[in-house]
Amino acid sequence: MSVGKVNFTKAEREKLAELLWLLNWISVVTGAILLGMGLFLKVEIQTWQEVMSEQGVLFVPHMLITTGLAACGINFLGGKICLDCADTNKFLRWKLVMMPYVICTFFFTACILAGALMCYSIRSQLEESLFLGLRHSMRYYKDTDTPGRCYLKRTLDLLQIQFQCCGNTGYQDWFQVQWISSRYLDLRSMAVVDRLRNNVEGKFLMDSVPFSCCSPLSPRPCIQQQLSRPLAHFNFDQQSQHLNLWRKGCRQALLDHYTGIMQSISLIVLLIWLFELLVLTGVRYLQTAMENVIRLGDPESESEGWILENSLAETARSNFNIIKNLGKCYQVDNDPNINVPAVMAEQEIQSDQVQVQRMG
Amino acid sequence: MALMVVKFDLKKRVKLAQTVWFMYWFAVLAGILVLSLGLFFKIELRKRSELMDNNESHFLPNLLILMGLIACGINAFGGKVCYDSLDPVKFAKWKPMLKYFLVFCVCFNGLLLMTSLLCFLMRIPLQFTLAEGIKNGMKFYKDTDTPGRCYMKRTLDLMQMEFRCCGNDNFRDWFEIQWVSNRYLDFSSKEVKDRIGSNVDGQYLMDGVPFSCCNPSSPRPCIQYQMTNNSAHYSYDHYTEELNVWKKGCRDALLSYYGGIMNTIGALVVLVTMLEVAVTVGLQYVNSSLSTLANPEEVESESEGYLLEKTVKETFTDIMAKMKAMGKGGKVEEGGEEAVATVS
Repeated sequence: MSVGKVNFTKAEREKLAELLWLLNWISVVTGAILLGMGLFLKVEIQTWQEVMSEQGVLFVPHMLITTGLAACGINFLGGKICLDCADTNKFLRWKLVMMPYVICTFFFTACILAGALMCYSIRSQLEESLFLGLRHSMRYYKDTDTPGRCYLKRTLDLLQIQFQCCGNTGYQDWFQVQWISSRYLDLRSMAVVDRLRNNVEGKFLMDSVPFSCCSPLSPRPCIQQQLSRPLAHFNFDQQSQHLNLWRKGCRQALLDHYTGIMQSISLIVLLIWLFELLVLTGVRYLQTAMENVIRLGDPESESEGWILENSLAETARSNFNIIKNLGKCYQVDNDPNINVPAVMAEQEIQSDQVQVQRMG
Repeated sequence: MALMVVKFDLKKRVKLAQTVWFMYWFAVLAGILVLSLGLFFKIELRKRSELMDNNESHFLPNLLILMGLIACGINAFGGKVCYDSLDPVKFAKWKPMLKYFLVFCVCFNGLLLMTSLLCFLMRIPLQFTLAEGIKNGMKFYKDTDTPGRCYMKRTLDLMQMEFRCCGNDNFRDWFEIQWVSNRYLDFSSKEVKDRIGSNVDGQYLMDGVPFSCCNPSSPRPCIQYQMTNNSAHYSYDHYTEELNVWKKGCRDALLSYYGGIMNTIGALVVLVTMLEVAVTVGLQYVNSSLSTLANPEEVESESEGYLLEKTVKETFTDIMAKMKAMGKGGKVEEGGEEAVATVS
């Protein structure tokens, strides 16, 4: 039978309508919160988008922004409808809109849930994007004279200073790229030429890191050169080496930062989803209660409200039949307006007559 | 002759009382704003007190906090009085003390104006405090093993990176002090011995700066050591090199930061003072319009409200006379008692 049947008196219906009006207005506020969170996440991602190889992650804040705007709109309309529903006459105005509104809200609530789940699942895509992006940035760190890449050095330096990290996985990543531009290398010097010949690609590789990897927490002035030879520096013991540079890799640091933000956002979105579900259930009860009142004819009487008129299986079956029949609507079925050739018409009439005789 | 007389009938009086009550609630919020500005400024000074030798004067933020609290108090009281002024019975309760309250409000507004002036002037002592503090801070940069000073290096590095500055006046200040600790100097090396021997104090001075002075916007990797030696680096001229290290001195950077905060606070306090003067004037009109009612029971009648009961000059002479009388009043009584004593 019906799913979730509840009886409503007139007073209860009015109270439900008022309550739903208030809840819808609160939902408008939560929709604005969703919008705000989407904008915040978008700004955060765009600040460091130079070190991300692709912008697929931007899908999440765009979805949050769209859902937030939709929430504001739908709940604003819902508030208006619920306020009118307290009175049977005003409800008649909205009668035809109610069912599509409920279905729309149902799908929209599903979108909110999808948005919350997406925040959790984006992590692996983000990690891949950061790995490739940071590798690309470090390779082009030295190209401060190439248009389009001239700010990569500054971005990467500021990133390493702000997030207290060095390199992609660790500071050794800097040993594998040439991060000093050839403009500043004395190519006549023997030392430089030796280094360039030392590797296959002719790159000037050193065991040193940029200044932005330096940790201010170190008790001694920063050691940036000859890092693979601790004996080259006086009294450079294990502890000094540990405190000298930032140990964390920038990929891990950025991943932690964004994962933290998105986890908080998805928690809030889940709470908003639960709230919207509550509002949706209330609106559905109000809709069915008002429709039943009109069916009974007496505005003062009690009426029933439910979530589904028949059980879940029956509703699913009837919906499926509706969808099946939608496909059949243009098939020929004894429509007198369609011209059928005479032979076929006679055959049909004969078969009809046989059936009539059988029944008779 | 009263100053700035305005006629009031019942409707106007009610409207005046309601407007002034509303403004008083705004003034309470303004008082809270002043309080929070004072707290914010105090916290900002505390955050960087190491760079000011722990010597900075907290007079201004403490004064702002005190003013904020007093403003909240008197504005809430004034609001209550305005609310009660619509009911003659309740207003009769407040009537006797209203005069003194208004005088207190005027004095408070004067103090508030002085506070805002102080906000603009405090920049000057702050400049000297900062210069001393940063100079001492740089001297203790290398002492990361001395208790009480072991965080100076970290504080200075973080400050130079955050405020984009280097040294006290400019980066050359680092050339004049030893910022590398002796623990990390190889005293058996000839180079170290030469450097230490080359100056009177026996300090290891070099033409280099810490890494926190480096400017990330520079197109080439940061040159921190041998900065004045052009031949030590390829294609480098220290006279024309603009972007290598931060050019600004930290004293100027911090001064403009705190100066900005104090200017904003000063401007906001001036606005709050204007609001306070407006509500004081409003309360004076409410008070005077209710006290000039011919018959206090007849609420419907007209009355006059004024700013001052007599003209400014007469009020001033009155106040002077009262103060003289208060001063003489003690003496005359003593003389009378003595005379009585001698007679009897």
